[in-house]
Amino acid sequence: MTRTLWHSTVGKKAVMAVSGLIMLAYLVVHMFGNLKIFFGPDTFDAYAHWLRTIGEPFMHYEWTLWVVRVVLVAAVVAHATAAYQLSRRDLRARPDRYVHRRPRASYATRTMRWGGVILGLFLVWHLLDLTTGTVHAGFRPGHPYENVVATFSTWYGNAVYLLAMLALGLHVRHGFWSAAQTLGAGSRTRDRLLVTLANLLALVLTLGFIAVPVGVMTGLVS
Amino acid sequence: MTTSAPSGIPAYTDYATGEPVADTRAPAGPIAERWDTRRFEAKLVNPANRRKHTVIVVGTGLAGGSAGATLAEQGYHVVQFCYQDSPRRAHSIAAQGGINAAKNYRNDGDSVHRLFYDTVKGGDFRARESNVHRLAQISVEIIDQCVAQGVPFAREYGGLLDTRSFGGVQVSRTFYARGQTGQQLLLGAYQALSRQIAAGNVELHPRTEMLDLIVIGGRARGIVARDLVTGEISSHFADAVVLASGGYGNVFYLSTNAMNSNATAIWRAHRRGAYFANPCFTQIHPTCIPRTGDHQSKLTLMSESLRNDGRIWVPKATGDTRPPNEIPEDERDYYLERIYPSFGNLVPRDIASRAAKNVCDEGRGVGPGGQGVYLDFADAIARMGRKAVEAKYGNLFDMYQRITDEDPYRVPMRIYPAVHYTMGGLWVDYDLQTTVPGLFAIGEANFSDHGANRLGASALMQGLADGYFVLPSTINDYLARNPHQEPVDDGHPAVQEVLAETEDRINLLLAVDGDRTPDSFHREIGELMWEYCGMARTDAGLRKALARIPEIRQEFWRRIKVPGTGAEFNQSLEKANRIVDYLELAELMCLDALHRRESCGGHFREESQTPDGEAARRDEEFCYAAAWEFTGAGAAPTLHKEDLVFEYVHPTQRSYA
Amino acid sequence: MRLTLRVWRQKNAGADGAMSTYEVDGISPDMSFLEMLDTLNEELILKGEDPVAFDHDCREGICGACSLVINGDAHGPERTTTCQLHMRSFEDGDTIDVEPWRAAAFPVVKDLVVDRSAFDRIIQAGGYITAPTGSAPEAHATPVPKPDADAAFEHAECIGCGACVAACPNGAAMLFTSAKVNHLGVLPQGAPERESRVLDMVAQMDAEGFGGCTLAGECATACPKGIPLFSITRMNREFVRAARKAR
Repeated sequence: MTRTLWHSTVGKKAVMAVSGLIMLAYLVVHMFGNLKIFFGPDTFDAYAHWLRTIGEPFMHYEWTLWVVRVVLVAAVVAHATAAYQLSRRDLRARPDRYVHRRPRASYATRTMRWGGVILGLFLVWHLLDLTTGTVHAGFRPGHPYENVVATFSTWYGNAVYLLAMLALGLHVRHGFWSAAQTLGAGSRTRDRLLVTLANLLALVLTLGFIAVPVGVMTGLVS
Repeated sequence: MTTSAPSGIPAYTDYATGEPVADTRAPAGPIAERWDTRRFEAKLVNPANRRKHTVIVVGTGLAGGSAGATLAEQGYHVVQFCYQDSPRRAHSIAAQGGINAAKNYRNDGDSVHRLFYDTVKGGDFRARESNVHRLAQISVEIIDQCVAQGVPFAREYGGLLDTRSFGGVQVSRTFYARGQTGQQLLLGAYQALSRQIAAGNVELHPRTEMLDLIVIGGRARGIVARDLVTGEISSHFADAVVLASGGYGNVFYLSTNAMNSNATAIWRAHRRGAYFANPCFTQIHPTCIPRTGDHQSKLTLMSESLRNDGRIWVPKATGDTRPPNEIPEDERDYYLERIYPSFGNLVPRDIASRAAKNVCDEGRGVGPGGQGVYLDFADAIARMGRKAVEAKYGNLFDMYQRITDEDPYRVPMRIYPAVHYTMGGLWVDYDLQTTVPGLFAIGEANFSDHGANRLGASALMQGLADGYFVLPSTINDYLARNPHQEPVDDGHPAVQEVLAETEDRINLLLAVDGDRTPDSFHREIGELMWEYCGMARTDAGLRKALARIPEIRQEFWRRIKVPGTGAEFNQSLEKANRIVDYLELAELMCLDALHRRESCGGHFREESQTPDGEAARRDEEFCYAAAWEFTGAGAAPTLHKEDLVFEYVHPTQRSYA
Repeated sequence: MRLTLRVWRQKNAGADGAMSTYEVDGISPDMSFLEMLDTLNEELILKGEDPVAFDHDCREGICGACSLVINGDAHGPERTTTCQLHMRSFEDGDTIDVEPWRAAAFPVVKDLVVDRSAFDRIIQAGGYITAPTGSAPEAHATPVPKPDADAAFEHAECIGCGACVAACPNGAAMLFTSAKVNHLGVLPQGAPERESRVLDMVAQMDAEGFGGCTLAGECATACPKGIPLFSITRMNREFVRAARKAR
């Protein structure tokens, strides 16, 4: 079954859809967790610590987190690999452009590829910035509240983040609906529901994530 | 009727009458048992030996597609040709209304015998009884076959098949798939054929056009064809050749045929010895969209099924130019309902067409040039509601609106007759074999089942009957009786000759380099034929056409201009080469029309009509099929008569009043 | 009407092509687009030039032969086939760009003519119900609920013109393939080959070099027969189901 899926365009899209939905689910949880920042450093840092203790005593410290990380990395790799391979194939399938050009498809649809690349680059920066602290001057492990505030106190931190979240919104908007179609969940009667849901998800995620830098910028979080 | 031209030189009208021709294949005995008997008497080819036999099939429409698929299923090696880029585009795809079958699902008194009777009567008693009866018998199997293939016929809420009624009959026996029945049936055959192509049993040559027939030792052994992309002319050999290349309505330039439908395959076969039967029997379909100007390249049919619910009328007064909605009810003439009260708008096609011509000739026609009559759905919309009308005819209404820019839900449609189908074609016996042994003709390419007029929804039935059921049974007999034919290749003198002739013709067309386009000649011959060999024909008119055609032919060879070369994709060359054959076929059609001094079905001779203007048959003199033998280009052909014997349906003057 | 046409001219599959400009005059709004091209070709022949090659046959919107990209739109500005597009859709003095279908799987044969045999091979891979002649049961043996029959018909309407591929930014043949998968898949007669059909047809579609689907929706917008985008969704579902059940 895996072979059948991975070796066809339709199957590879299904892999992209499933991995995309996994990441989407994670993002929703992530976004809700982020909002705890508005309840002060103690709540936020405690929440961050709790994440490492999920499943105890059955799971050892940080085990659950690592399971989640492994799943997410697998999802990212599958999603990106499939996207890369499919894109190459798509470009080969239409080598000649029309002389008479006209705008095609919606903005969200046309920006899936570049949007995906932007999100990938953002992800790397984001991990180096707030997880490992590699690119974060004065990073203090175990003090996420402080680290977040520090990041969003720089102009470039805000700029990168806002841009990425806009890209995320667009990507989710077409991606969620598209994943539903790819997995065969769409139908004539259900289409409006799916479109609405996709727009809603995109909007909520973007706003939810942006709330944090906006909070820092407005001084609500400091 | 042998007359001499004044000059003493034998004229084309100086045809000789040869030996009668007869069908020797239909067994004697009760008509309902003949097909069974024939199938039992036919020799069979051992399944293990079938692979060794190659059969060429030209054309991939309903007849060719179904024949190719079925022969391949039986184990024969099939080599199939079509000029289109895909077999799925054959013009059967454009048939709209439906397909007849004597299923009697409605319990409305239908039966095989009634379908047989209706078809013989509808054809104005000029068809062979044995063939027609077989057609009616097979009709029921066709529906089963197509349903099994996944043809999405219209269904009722209970899940059973829906039917509707069609012109010329009083039962509801027409199965349909909205207005796209031909498309759906063709896709069924195409898919069956595709399965055999994938299995390696059919070797398909798309974009390849048959240009001649190879006859060796008196038997059809192959064809010469041109690859339309590369221009390469090549020979292909087989143990039998099946022509399923459709009709020749494009002689008229404007017709409902596809732009590239042509007569070359059958005409070339005719030149190689196959008799051509009843060439003048042309069907003029009553419900086409009127032409809009000289630029018109083809005519579009509106399914006859529209006559189920639409009412045909013209203003009572001549020269009434008011818009249709402003003409009050009592100033309208629903002429079909008036003249033919029991069949009304559902009279057979020939009658409906002629009636439309008559009211237009009286000056009561509507639309530009007065060449049209109204087909009005106002009553139907009031009775059934717009939704129901939309469900039944939606796509036809859309098509009409797209072409004319008028909304038929609000303004009545305008329709006018147009050339649609040719009942004539290569003469075949009960086995569908032509007078050249090993050459078979099926579907519209043959003459067999519709007599002088075809009933609506019967073309699809005949094409599929021939292809799925008749030919695959009868060709067995031929192949079994000729199991070891000598192998042939390009080195054979007969093959060399045909190849050389074909190449010469192509080269000549390119060499003339004159000043007239192929289309200009096509239009000229078409207009001439419509004028003199169209809906109404006269002795004087036909003679005028017969005098004019050789002149056009001469002019053609002097002035034709074909750009480009033969060794490339060259659509002008394709066209010009087809016109060469039209210019000969047109002559034969006119001669056939001239010699048949009676009116029957689609052939209306003004000299032969009843006092109230209906077609008057002359059975004592013309109760035969006219099979013409080619004797040379421009030379008078030889007539062979096949006497038609009616044992079951006794000829009467058709009455639909 | 007087029009300026810019038409893609390409001698043959191997040659390079380019847009050529032509002026046509005396065009009637009642002409079809192809009749307008006929007019141009008549003039070109008389001038001793090579007429523009384009595929066309039935000219009533059902055979699927005609295939022109007009001003960047497959089949032009109306939702119909090129042959059913009339000049009344244009304005006097317009400049019109005419190009062939563009896709790697549809190589140009000449001018505006492309090779669409890839579609035939997709059908050959499984776009049929195996029902050899003579093997059919009585037609009424299996009733088909009207909604299913109607759904089958809706998908079966595909004319195989290839506008979906031409319009797709990825040159994908998903709409064409899904139309056949669904036509046969919703009918009880098509059930025995339901899984193999979708797997084989998709595999062939991929092998022909068509692109993948990004659900841009251009195909369904261009389809002259209105095959819905949801047809693709349904095929995706069939595919995943078949991959799960593959034997």
